[in-house]
Parts: sequence; structure tokens; C-alpha cells
Amino acid sequence: MSHSISRRRFLETTLFAGATSIVASRLAFANAPGDARFVFVLLRGALDGLSAVPPVGDPDYASLRGQIALAKSGEGAALPLDATFALHPSLKFCHASYAAKELAVLHAVASPYRERSHFDGQNVLESGGLRPHQTESGWLNRAISALQKGGQGQGGVALGANVPLAMRGPAEVASWSPTKISALDDETLARITDLYARDPLLSRRLAEALESDAIANEAQAAANAEPDADPAMTPENAVERDAREKRNFNARYSEAARAAAGFLKREDGPRVAMFDTSGWDTHANEGGAQGQLALRLRGLDLALSALKESLGPVWRNTVVLVATEFGRTAAINGTRGTDHGTGAAVFMLGGAVAGGRVVADWPGLSRGNLHEGRDLRPTLDLRAVMKGVLHDHLGIASATLDSQVFPGSTGITQTRDLIRS
Amino acid sequence: MATQRALAAAIAANRFGLGARPGELPVIEKDPEAWLHRQLAGRAPVLSGEGLKPSSETLERALELRADLAEARRDKKQGDEDAAKVKAALKLPALYRPVYIDEAYARFSHAISTDRPFLERLTQFWSNHFAVSIDKIVVLGVAGALEREAIRPHVTGNFSDLLLAVEQHPAMLLYLDNQASIGPHSRAASFLARRGNAQGARKLDINENLAREILELHTLGVDGGYSQADVTTFAKAITGWSIGGEANNRRFARLGIPNGDPGEFFFREVFHEPGAKKLLGRSYGQDGVKQGEAILEDLAQRRETARHVCSKLARHFIADDPPAAAVEHMTRAWLDSHGNLPKVYAAMLESPEAWVTPLAKFKTPADYIYSSYRALALPAQDKRRSLQAFEVLGQRNLQPGSPAGWPDTSADWDGSSALLKRIAWADAVAQRLGSERNARELAPQLLGATLSDDTAKAIGRAESASQALTLLLSAPEFMRR
Repeated sequence: MSHSISRRRFLETTLFAGATSIVASRLAFANAPGDARFVFVLLRGALDGLSAVPPVGDPDYASLRGQIALAKSGEGAALPLDATFALHPSLKFCHASYAAKELAVLHAVASPYRERSHFDGQNVLESGGLRPHQTESGWLNRAISALQKGGQGQGGVALGANVPLAMRGPAEVASWSPTKISALDDETLARITDLYARDPLLSRRLAEALESDAIANEAQAAANAEPDADPAMTPENAVERDAREKRNFNARYSEAARAAAGFLKREDGPRVAMFDTSGWDTHANEGGAQGQLALRLRGLDLALSALKESLGPVWRNTVVLVATEFGRTAAINGTRGTDHGTGAAVFMLGGAVAGGRVVADWPGLSRGNLHEGRDLRPTLDLRAVMKGVLHDHLGIASATLDSQVFPGSTGITQTRDLIRS
Repeated sequence: MATQRALAAAIAANRFGLGARPGELPVIEKDPEAWLHRQLAGRAPVLSGEGLKPSSETLERALELRADLAEARRDKKQGDEDAAKVKAALKLPALYRPVYIDEAYARFSHAISTDRPFLERLTQFWSNHFAVSIDKIVVLGVAGALEREAIRPHVTGNFSDLLLAVEQHPAMLLYLDNQASIGPHSRAASFLARRGNAQGARKLDINENLAREILELHTLGVDGGYSQADVTTFAKAITGWSIGGEANNRRFARLGIPNGDPGEFFFREVFHEPGAKKLLGRSYGQDGVKQGEAILEDLAQRRETARHVCSKLARHFIADDPPAAAVEHMTRAWLDSHGNLPKVYAAMLESPEAWVTPLAKFKTPADYIYSSYRALALPAQDKRRSLQAFEVLGQRNLQPGSPAGWPDTSADWDGSSALLKRIAWADAVAQRLGSERNARELAPQLLGATLSDDTAKAIGRAESASQALTLLLSAPEFMRR
């Protein structure tokens, strides 16, 4: 087996040989301006916004929520934000960020979707359309396309093995997750690259993978201050390590966050990253200050904290948007959980966020004010929030947002003043 | 120039089966369609394997553990802490994990060795259609049993029987929270209300999770024309669909209210919301468990259900964007036969779109692993090691993460990182085998008429036997089916 060309050298030769013009063009724009970074975190399964951001000051909150209501004071109390709202006690980093004016919470938010299917709800949120399956590409991908047309050609990266719908589309987006199960021989990789020459999809994917892997390895190497972090890693023990880490969702979220930071920190790296998490569908035994949801929120909080820490000074120019497909029922159900609802809570945090406030036109939880008598009534369109970030933070023109990123959304005005001026 | 039949043989083995094994294609080529149909005849194989046991046995043991835990808690309150008892009761995951591993290993071993791979692919299609996911710990010990007990016996039967068996299986009831869904006017609720419910601790009400997913995922489909009111009504109709022996209902047992056989489906009448129900324009005046059963029977016959399920079948077997003509042909077969599944499968195989190239489906990680094992006649390794491959490639057994099951299009699986992992795994397998396999001889035996000149050439020029194997397993026509 030949090791005469180094891995790095191989990457350079194959990538710049024009194996894929897309990747090459992305690198060619490597020095384009634009410091703003954006991370989108999707919580699949419908986060219970009324537990994550409990309206403890709403007179109907405690009775609707029964056993899972969070207390205003005492042990396990929610962390106060203002007279009405608080944060779930698991969200300690978020609470500190709020105090530092780096977290804005938006409440009673919803996409245009008004039914209660997770899968259609996620489809609408990710595609940025009005109806499920209206378009095959995602709003974030179209936003990246707009950035690239504007000369910010670095593209985006999805942390995970595959690219989620929000990031699928015309702009090429790489996916990345640790692949260390074998020290693949450069020679073999070169031959597979040749073998894929007539297969547009596979040749593009392989080139993206090798490029991302090189970036991540470099970030890893920098972090460890040694070029080859673990030369003794055999396929077996790497597999075991991957499996072990996967079992712990707290570690998994944080790992994705750190990897995202590794890409975003690079001058010539992508400006946009996304990762998704699941397990938010709390139909039974949701728990209050402790329990199932509390654990998940703790994992999310740790991941956001890890993201800030890993981004270092880049955090200053970063916005993280955390959203979910819809909210959950206002009232607790018969199995100490909550069913699919409508209005949800959204988090925006980062050094570039004009934070320290809750943005909500609060509809109240009295029965007459609930959507269809059961759900938090949405008063803010999620696309308005997304537009606010994409326009004020990433500089995408309003006309582009109205027609291309969120087709048919002319009537939805962007939320203002979400970004620090 | 490959003959039409040679191409059909490769498609039968790889698209409709789980991947050709060396020596198989010439046999299939005699009559590819008949080869597929033959696999559907006769009883479905009963999975055998170390450690497999009825779900009721596993659940009964879990109930005992829970009872121990409750007892230990009471003892603790009385100042008589029995640490050993607490420990024993916390062993639910310890009870479930080995059961899960045995189940996952049994289905893996079966998939890589079965002589009826079309039947197995259909079985796994249905398991994914009626998905439960082991990230919910309560189903970890019974997810495999759902497939064995409720799905396998009905894959070549009628959809309505399959549907009923699945929705009444404890794994599904637990996964979608129906076992404790209680009608607000049920006897249990009135009983509690009469007692004044002093602590006001818990209101008794429905949980609509199972009802919603039956309508959205298992039958009509999300565009099937049902409303939120239909979901709520259906949820009320299936209140009481529960599991026998639940420890916290011992109070009922003391009152002479039946508690069912531990771990078996049990209609807990006292949870049932009484009265007739109206759903999708039809009235259901039946009493008790028959009410939900009648609704399921009607759902199974509806055109929306037939179309939804046939679209999924066509997407799984034929193309990401299922060809309309094939879906229509299958839907008609469904409606004409009242959901006779072999008739639906036959209609699929009659569709010309099912037999065309280029290969339209990008293999899922599980497909990829099964077909590699079959291609190389790899012996199953030890349990944990075999199952790790699924985890590393992103499709852990029985853990799709949501009731929608694993997604089924190329874009869901062809991410750059996913591809690299696949190649890396193939390379590790190839390194292990070295010159024990001859890729040059294997390639035409596995890919038949779909083997491209490029791939054959690349394999022929490889610098080592193991590199040749890596190239074979990485080839575009091996990544797809």
C-alpha cells in the first residue's frame, strides 16, 4: 500500500483538480468578507415551550399544568426573566446569557403550519414554505445561495451524517460527523474518486466529505495541539467509542456544537451551520423541574454553552437560533405529559443578539384565548424571526427573503431589532 | 448486451431482495418474478435465536421489578431502607438491554442468511411503517417482539389483520402511550371523582398520541381528510386498550375489577370512554373493545389508506418519487381485494416501472450492511460487534427515533459524511478479509447485468485483493439497488 502522497496532499490534488466545481468555487471565495456566523438548532418532536419558558406570571399557568407546573420560588423554581416569564431551571447557561443580554426569548411563535403532525410541521419549518412538501429545498439552503451570490461563498455545514431538509437545495452543503473507523488509504480514496467520476452525486458527496474531514481534522489537531490526535485508534475501539458517545445525548449535542464551532471559526470555513436534536415529544411523564424534559433541556443548555466556549472570540459575531416545529397543549394530558400543540418558544442567543428580553405579544392562557380551545395561540410568525436574523445579521436583501428564501411571505414583515447594532 | 432476464434477475435479487449471494443469479434468471412470488408462499418463518421470548414474559418481569421498586420505596419511607431491593428495581434497562440485543441479532442473522429475502424486506418495510423506537426505554425490551409477534405472521395476510395485531401489541401501546389513556367519563374517572380526589393529584384524561399516529402514519396518511376532532374521538374510542397486570391497578384488583394477564393486551374496561362515537362520517355504537376494532377495520378499507400505504411501498421498492401508474395499479389491487397484501405485492411486481434501470434507490445503511454480508458470505460476528455496524453507519436497529420510522429517500441517506462512513466501513471489512475473497470473480456474480465497465475495470486494476473488495463495495451500483 502506498503512503507516498500524504492525505493532505491528496486532498489538495483531488479537490483542486476540479473534481467538483462546486467545492472548488467554495474555496475560491474563501476570502470573501462577512464575519457574521449563524447556527440553526432544530429541536425535533415539538419542545414544550410552556415548560422551557414557563409563563409563571400568567394566572392560568399553574392550574393548566398541574403536576408539571414549575414553581415561581422555592426548590426547583424556574429562573426568572421578567414579571411574566421564566426559564426552566435546567437552562442555567441560557439564564446567564439573558443576564448578559445575549439571549432573546420569543414566545407564542409558530410557522404557517396549523395542523399537528410532527413530520409535516418539520417539513414546513425546514422548507420555509406555506404547506408541507411545497418545495424540495430548505430555507437555510436558499439563504446560503443568496449569500453565495453576494460573494460570501463559504456555504454551510450540517453536523450529522446526512443533510437535513432545511439545508438541502441548490447550494452545496456538506455534512460532517466523526469518521475515524478506518485509516482509509489515500491510494484507495483516489481510486474511489476515479470510480465515481461519472456519478455526479457520489463524486460531489465524496469530495465534500474529504474536504470537511480535512477541516475537522485540522480543527481537532489545533485543539489538541498535536497533529494526529490518536494514532493508535483501531477500527474496533473507535467504533466502541462512537457508540458510547452516541448513547449519551448530552455528550452528543455538545459534540455537535463543538464540531460546528470548529467549522465556523475558520476564516475560510462555512458561515452557516445546523444541527438537530430529537426526543422532545413528551406525551407522558414529561416531568417538571426534574425528569425527562429537564434532562433534555440540560443537554441543550450544555451544548449551547459548549458552542460559546468553542467559538471563542467568534461568538461575538454569532447568532444561534433554536426552534421547534410547534408547541404543545396548554393543559397537561391524562398521562402527565402534553400533546401536540401550536404556539412555541424560540431562543436566539449569541454575542450578536440584542438580548436580555422576551419578545412576545402574549395571548394569555385563559381558555377563551387558547387556539382551538387547547393550544397557546401563536402571535408571531417564525418566518418573521428568521427574516430578522437573515436580513439584519447576514445581510440578505428583504426582496430575496420575501420571494426566494420564504416564497410567498411578502406579507410577513421581519422582526426588528433582534440584532445588536 | 445483457438479456432482459439477466437484468431482471439482478433487480429481483438486489432491489426486491436483500442483495445477491454468489451463485444465486443464474437460478433467479430462470424466472425472476416467479422467484419473488415463491418466497411469499407458505408460512412466514419463525425467528429462532438464543434469548428470544414472548413479550408478555419480558413485560411480566418488568412489572415485578416495578412492584419491587414500589415496595422498596414504601420500606424506605418507614425507615427500613433495603438498598438491595432498590437496586433490583432499578434494573429495568439491565433487564431490557440483553433482550433487545438478542432480538436485534436474531433479525440481523436472519436477514443475512434467509432464502426468502423478498419476504424479509417486506417484513422490515412493515416494521418501519409501524415503527417503534427504542430511544423510549419502555419499548427497548419489546420492540423486537412487535415485529416477531404482530408483523411476521401477517406479512402475507390481510392488512386489516396486520393493523389490528400491531395496534393491540403492548409495544405499540407503550410506545404511543395508550396503555394509560383514560376516558374522562370512564368508570375509573367517575370513581376518582366520587372519592373527591382529595389531593387533586391527577386528572384522568385521554392521551391522543396513538390515535393520531394511526390516522396520520399507519392508515389514512396526513392528507387523509381527518380533523383534530376525529383524532380526539378516535383516542376516546380506544381508551382502555391497555396491558394486563399493571401494578398500579392493584387497587382495582382489590375491588374485584379484572386486571388481565400480565404483559398481554388487555381491554381495561374501566378506562374506556362510554358511548357511541362518530368518526369520519360514520357512527360506531359498539360497546367496549369492539368499537376501536370496528374503526380500524373501516380505516383499513379506505381508499386514502390504500393509496397512502401503496405510495410508501412503491417509494420503498421502486423510486423515491413513486411512479403514479404503479401506485394506482397497487391501490386498485388493494381495494379490489380488501387489503389482501400478496395481491398488492403482485400488482407492484406487474408494474413495468419496477423493473427499469438506472438503479433508483440509494441503499439505506441497513440495506448496505445486509447486502455486504450476503455478497461476501460474511459470517455473523459476535452480537455486539455485528450490531455496532448499524450504529456506526447511522441506522441503529429498531431506533428510527420517531413513529414515522426511518426516512426512505436518497437525500435522507446520501450525506457526504454518511458516504464516507460507508466507504470506511467497507474498507475495514475488506482489510479483514484480505485475499479470502476475490472481488473480480464476485462482481459479476453479485451485480450481474448492472455491473458497469468502469467498476469492473477499477476492480481489475486494484493493487491488492482487499482494495479490490473496497472498490466493489463502494461502487455506485453496489451503493444503490
